[in-house]
Amino acid sequence: MEYLPNVIFAIVLLASIGFFTKNVGQIIRNINLGKQIDVSDQKSTRWKNMARIAMGQTKMVVRPIPGLLHIIVYLGFIIINIEVLEIIIDGLFGTHRIFAPLGALYSFLIATFEILALLVIVAVILFWLRRNILRLKRFIKPEMKGWPKMDANLILYIELALMIFFLTMNAADFQLQQLGAEHYTKAGVFPVSGLIASLFSDMSIPDLILLERTAWWLHILGILMFLNYLYYSKHLHILLAFPNTYYAKLGPKGQFKNLDSVTREVRLMMDPSADPYAVPAESTDTPDKFGASDVQDLSWVQLLNAYTCTECGRCTSECPANQTGKKLSPRKIMMDTRDRLEEVGKNIKANNGVFLDDGKQLLDTYISREELWACTSCNACVEACPVSIDPLSIIMDMRQFLVMEQSAAPSDLNNMMGNIENNGAPWPFNQMDRLNWSKEN
Amino acid sequence: MAEVTAAGIQPEVLFWVGCAGSFDDRAKKITKAFVKILNEANVSFAVLGTEESCTGDPAKRAGNEFLFQMQAMTNIEVMNSYGVKKLVTACPHCFNTLKNEYPGLGGQYEVVHHTQFLNELLAEGRISVESGKFKGKRITYHDPCYLGRANGVYEAPRELIKKLDAELVEMKNSKKRGLCCGAGGAQMFKEPEKGDKDINIERTEQALETQAEIIAAACPFCNTMLTDGVKGKEKESSIQVMDIAELIASAKDL
Ligand code: SF4
Ligand code: SF4
Repeated sequence: MEYLPNVIFAIVLLASIGFFTKNVGQIIRNINLGKQIDVSDQKSTRWKNMARIAMGQTKMVVRPIPGLLHIIVYLGFIIINIEVLEIIIDGLFGTHRIFAPLGALYSFLIATFEILALLVIVAVILFWLRRNILRLKRFIKPEMKGWPKMDANLILYIELALMIFFLTMNAADFQLQQLGAEHYTKAGVFPVSGLIASLFSDMSIPDLILLERTAWWLHILGILMFLNYLYYSKHLHILLAFPNTYYAKLGPKGQFKNLDSVTREVRLMMDPSADPYAVPAESTDTPDKFGASDVQDLSWVQLLNAYTCTECGRCTSECPANQTGKKLSPRKIMMDTRDRLEEVGKNIKANNGVFLDDGKQLLDTYISREELWACTSCNACVEACPVSIDPLSIIMDMRQFLVMEQSAAPSDLNNMMGNIENNGAPWPFNQMDRLNWSKEN
Repeated sequence: MAEVTAAGIQPEVLFWVGCAGSFDDRAKKITKAFVKILNEANVSFAVLGTEESCTGDPAKRAGNEFLFQMQAMTNIEVMNSYGVKKLVTACPHCFNTLKNEYPGLGGQYEVVHHTQFLNELLAEGRISVESGKFKGKRITYHDPCYLGRANGVYEAPRELIKKLDAELVEMKNSKKRGLCCGAGGAQMFKEPEKGDKDINIERTEQALETQAEIIAAACPFCNTMLTDGVKGKEKESSIQVMDIAELIASAKDL
């Protein structure tokens, strides 16, 4: 009986790690549904970008208020993990405050955790107010109705609860230490919970122990639950922001990739002497489809982008089309891609590894043509994204599908392209008149 | 280009005029202003003239990769046959495509935007900028997406404005957070989607807020969009849209 709590703890810990691993596997499988692309170049630049943007949060502070609040929560998350390590060891071995022998360092750590916990509470409350009372525009766009809104608030509630459990646990512990209760060695400095502890001054030792244990268990169970909540939430970014910033596009934002299969074809057309049979070995990798109409046509990095999206809406709030009331929202492009990817992933799982046509696709079922054609390719969304997501690349791939596979461009654009084809300019002017300006005054 | 090559001259730079610069009435003025400065600075330059063809940018951004590459390879063939090494253009869309998307198709050139080129000429002492005309005038600068965010060129045009001794005032959104004029991504050639407002009006309003006398542009398409915006707001009498090349040429009374 004595070891019962330790056994329960071990089971719960293993179960949540197991469940989490399973979900991670599912994410990796889904991301791998995307096309393979080579991103093995420029490793040092990639590491630097990750260090700067994900670890250093450089893009977050472009907007100073949420940036600063986010840094608090981010630091809180990273640093309090040291505490979680102690809790896990204590939980498994029935020890109490196993790191206490660190002495002064331990006191320093506990004090830091406590101050951070308090700051996190403040930040979370401010975040909640921004979303629900101030109702900042970017949080109440149409794509934020329903689950995304609830998800955002749930995360805040969970974080708030975790911090309250943590401080309650410390306060009860501190009180027990004062009373000299057995097992509760004097350790740590409690700048925040020391203040709450006075609330518990009338409580007996057994009651305090009950309170301390309850808070301890709720805190760690909450953390393990939160870990498994990630897969269903925009909160996944706390893990994926790192690979995502690593694999993000390098080089000028204005550079769009050239399709190699088209290059081969155009070379053949332009060089009549080229032997069409000289390239057959390569022509096998000619894609049978140009552009993207569904998630499998996107690259795996674009799919990773979709899972990483924090739904913060910085992209949408900078988007000129969205600002002027068009339907396009780059955030929605990313959310749609993730939702569709999940759907395809489930479909494949349910059908033993093969995708059964479900009559849906990313184009039209999720993302309308009206949205795609409203984009000015201005890169504001790419610049604004704090985790280096590129919504524009998905829009462009889908336009490519519409034009190259379906000839479904708006008629004005068809005219423009017809002009380029016939007279080398987007307008119906004769190429022979190109130099006329030099003869005018 | 054909003529100078026939005469055995290898010009210092090829001026890529672009479709707007060749055909659009407003943009032709920019072309002419830039040419005047080039002549004033004794730059030996050439144009492709009737051998130039659309870079393919609007086709690519509309999704037609095939048409884009056809255009690109045709242009590359022409330029490579003349041994072109350096290109200058007053259009950020041409600039971006020539600089970033042509190399992968066999077109390796040094490509500069005209605002960068003008700065080079200044630094080399080949032109000077007289401040008189624009001294103290409030000028706001609109960052073209394909020059700014797309290629990180924010300072070259601003330096030129400062050289005019003008008072450079920034709009609410500028540099990395500059707001698009609404023309990019082939939008120039189609009607906008349904919404509450046109993008160029939004941007023009930001420019008007600065109380500037001149909106400096560095792209023929932005120029058109903002000129239309100013007209739409009936502010033609109080604010003018001018390309940086026009500002410099006008300051020099060219
Ligand atoms: S690139 Fe397109 S989606 Fe992104 S901000 Fe600009 S217009 Fe909006
Ligand atoms: S794409 Fe980036 S900026 Fe846009 S909502 Fe997602 S995380 Fe935020």
